[in-house]
Parts: sequence; structure tokens; C-alpha cells
Amino acid sequence: MSIFAFLDKERIIAPSGYSRWLIPPAALCVHLCIGQAYAFSVFNLPMTKLIGITQSAPQDWKLTELGWIFSLAIFILGTSAALLGRWVEEAGPRKAMFTAALCFGGGFLVSAFGVCLHNLWIVYLGYGVLGGIGLGLGYISPVSTLIKWFPDRPGMATGMAIMGFGGAAFIAAPLSVWLMAKFSTPNHVGVAETFIILGFIYLCFMMVGAAIVRVPPPGWAPEGYVAPAQSKRLVTDQHVYVYDALKTPQFWLIWWILCLNVTAGIGVLGQASAMSQEMFHGRITAVAASGLVGLFSLFNMGGRFVWSSVSDYIGRKNTYFVFFALGTFLYALVPSAGAIGSVGLFVFCYAVIFSMYGGGFATVPAYLRDMFGTRYVGAIHGLLLTAWSMAGIFGPVLVNYIREYNITHGVAKAQAYNVTMYVMAGLLIVGLVCNLFVKSVHQRFHMRAVEADAEVEAAPVFGSQ
Amino acid sequence: MDSSRQTGGNGVKLLLAWGFVGIPLVWGVAQTLVNALKAFH
Repeated sequence: MSIFAFLDKERIIAPSGYSRWLIPPAALCVHLCIGQAYAFSVFNLPMTKLIGITQSAPQDWKLTELGWIFSLAIFILGTSAALLGRWVEEAGPRKAMFTAALCFGGGFLVSAFGVCLHNLWIVYLGYGVLGGIGLGLGYISPVSTLIKWFPDRPGMATGMAIMGFGGAAFIAAPLSVWLMAKFSTPNHVGVAETFIILGFIYLCFMMVGAAIVRVPPPGWAPEGYVAPAQSKRLVTDQHVYVYDALKTPQFWLIWWILCLNVTAGIGVLGQASAMSQEMFHGRITAVAASGLVGLFSLFNMGGRFVWSSVSDYIGRKNTYFVFFALGTFLYALVPSAGAIGSVGLFVFCYAVIFSMYGGGFATVPAYLRDMFGTRYVGAIHGLLLTAWSMAGIFGPVLVNYIREYNITHGVAKAQAYNVTMYVMAGLLIVGLVCNLFVKSVHQRFHMRAVEADAEVEAAPVFGSQ
Repeated sequence: MDSSRQTGGNGVKLLLAWGFVGIPLVWGVAQTLVNALKAFH
């Protein structure tokens, strides 16, 4: 017997009486760690002074070189989620979380080594590649387990985990700053020590999640839950094999839905601080703008839970309809807020926009479950995350390019974002159309009953909380 | 008896698990809110 047998899917079938409400904290243990990626920028400035200490020396790393660490990690997140999704589904959540913890925690330790040697390639390899694989595996590992435990509230369940990803930066940023301050001396910037401490903290925290997580026994259903006798038009009770999903128009429509929703959100998210200061010059200071960004991030996090929970009641297609219709209106309203000088209207528009940006991430696993069933939903979700990687490139490039173009053509800074907002509204209209075309998956893509039941073994069926 | 012991055991586990993830998250959110409010002052 392998020493890693305790990680096997068969060994983590929940015993009778196990509470399903232990699964969301298990998922949060992972997502609250890997979401640290959003706070990685707090290391950028200190890493430009590793040699010069008080100011950058000529041999120090440049900000542009350091920016690649985050970009590489997000790119590897999408790639590893797509390539390893099927393995995650078949190996089970504990093995996937365990591997994610080793990769993510290990990524920090390798990066610390790179900082000590002042070799940026080792940091790219550590946080960018190894950490990126941890991000990808960790992001998708609890998704299908949550959906199986919460057949009655799949949106809320996955929303809780993905909310953790959005909220992780709130913990990571102050913790990292505090640790760096503790380890800094007049001759030394405490980045390497901070990486080591964070690596061990994240490793342990994620391992707790791996230890708690369980899969429901075959045929399990929550107490009192009765599956609908007839499946709803847009909620299937069948399963689609992971690579067959790629052959369906539904997968690609949802791919564009996610890509367009994220492109619009991520584009303005990175520019929110500069945009608010330039649109309300003299009224919103740099300090107030940083406070606004914190506030918007809270809406981004809260929207993940609220919108995905709402989707359980109004349906996934209707939820995305709201994102795109309301989003189009709000993006188009932002230039007017600037024109009339209404900071309140600007903040309101952005708060709702960011809540829907987060909501788009959190609602998509349940949308996939409705279309393709539960069997390979984690792996299909992994493939879909390539849309996030693409949006991560499209969004900021689009916003920055349009702003630069306007400014070089004589448009005042206060109005330089107007065209951007209208372009984003246009993107959301395309998303709205994609969403309207989503219909149920044709039955020729459904797995045959024999295939679908192949892994199901005779097991007692019992209820749980 | 067994059932009530199981419910009690689950209650403790739930409290520990949610506290483990909830406390850092609430701390982080509170820090962000405090900083946001400071910025507006």
C-alpha cells in the first residue's frame, strides 16, 4: 500500500452523519491562500530595492521585470487548470488540494531562494510556474465536490469558495507588509524571510483543507432533498464527458460570456485608482483613491457570494442577463457621472460593476453544472479558465491603449476614459447576445448510463446536514 | 444518545472549521474597511 493512500478518493468517502457544512471551510482553506496572488504587488516595490535597500541600485530588478511574476502565475493558473482538470476530477479533492498546497507553498520557498541568490529566473520558476500550478489546481479542486454536496444550492456553495479567492488579498496584503517590516533591517529588505514564513503558513493552511474535505457516498442526497422529477429546460440531470464538452456550442458560448465579463471588469479594476483621480481631479486624492479601491474589492468579494446565491433562485442564464444588461447601463453611465461631477454616482456604478465582476467568476461553475452535469464539472471548469487568462491580457491592454490613444490625440485626462467605458459597454452587449444563445446541450453529447454509472459502486445512501 | 453525541461533535467541528477560516477573513475585511475609512478622512 502506498504511503499516500490516505489521499485516495476511495479513502475520503464521508462517513454517516458527516456534516456537508464542513466542505465550504475546507474549500476556503485553499481559496483564502491561493487568492494571495491578488496581493502579490505588495512585494514589487521592496523587490526593486533588494540591493540598494533605500532606493533602487542599477543591479536591482526593474518593476517591469517583476510584473512578469504575477502575469506568469495567472497564465500558468489557466493552463494548469485546463491540462490537469481531468486528473483533479479523477484523483479526488484531497489529492488535488494536497498537491496544490505543496506547489503553492513550495513556490514561495523556491522564490525565497531566488531572492537570496538575487536570481529572478528562480523567482519566475518558483512563484510563477510552481505557484501558478498550485493556483490552478487549488482553484478547481473543491468545485465539483461542493457541487456534489450541495445539489440544492450549487451556486451558493461554489460562491462561498470563490468569495475566499476574492477576499484572500485582504489578509495577505497587511500580513505581508507586517512581516516585511518585522524582518527589515537598515541593511536588508525582509522579502526572503517573508516568503519563507508565508510558504509555510499557506502550506499548513491548505493541508487543513485537504484533511477536512470528504466526498459524498454514491447516491447521497441532502436530507429532505428531492431531485426534480423532470429536469428543468436549462438544468440537466445527465453528464457530459470533459472533452465532449469542448465540442458543444454551449461551452464556447459560456467561454465568451466569462471572457467578456472578466475583460470589462479586469480592465477597469487595474485602472480604478488612476481613473477616479483623473475623472475627479482635485476632489479624489491618491489616498482616497486607494481607499476606494479597497471598497471596490469588498464589493468584488461580496458579489461572489451574493450573486451566485441569487443564481440558485433566478437561474444562471437570468443572472448573467442581469450582469450584461445592468453592466452595459452602468458602464455607459460612468462618463455621465464624471461630466456632472457626481462622485457618489461614480462610486455606486463601480461598486455594482465590481460586484458583478466577482459574481461572474462565482456563478460560472454552477452554470457549467447546469449544462454538463456534475461528473466532470471541475475539469470543464478548468478548461473554461483559459477565458480568464485571455481576459487578463485583453482587459488591461484595451483600457491602457484606448486611454493613451485619447490623450495623445488631445483629449483631456478627465474624459480620456469615456470611450473605454463605451467600448466595455459594447463588449457586454456581445456577452448578452452570447448568453441569449445558450440552450440545453444536445443529448448526443450525454454520457451513456453505463459510462456514467461506471464509477458508482453499491454504497449505503443516507442523509446529512 | 449516539445521535445527540454525533450532533454535538459535528457542532464543535463546524465551529472550529468556520472559525479557522472566518477569523482571518473577518480580520482582513476589517483592516480594509478601516483603511478605506482613513483614506476618506
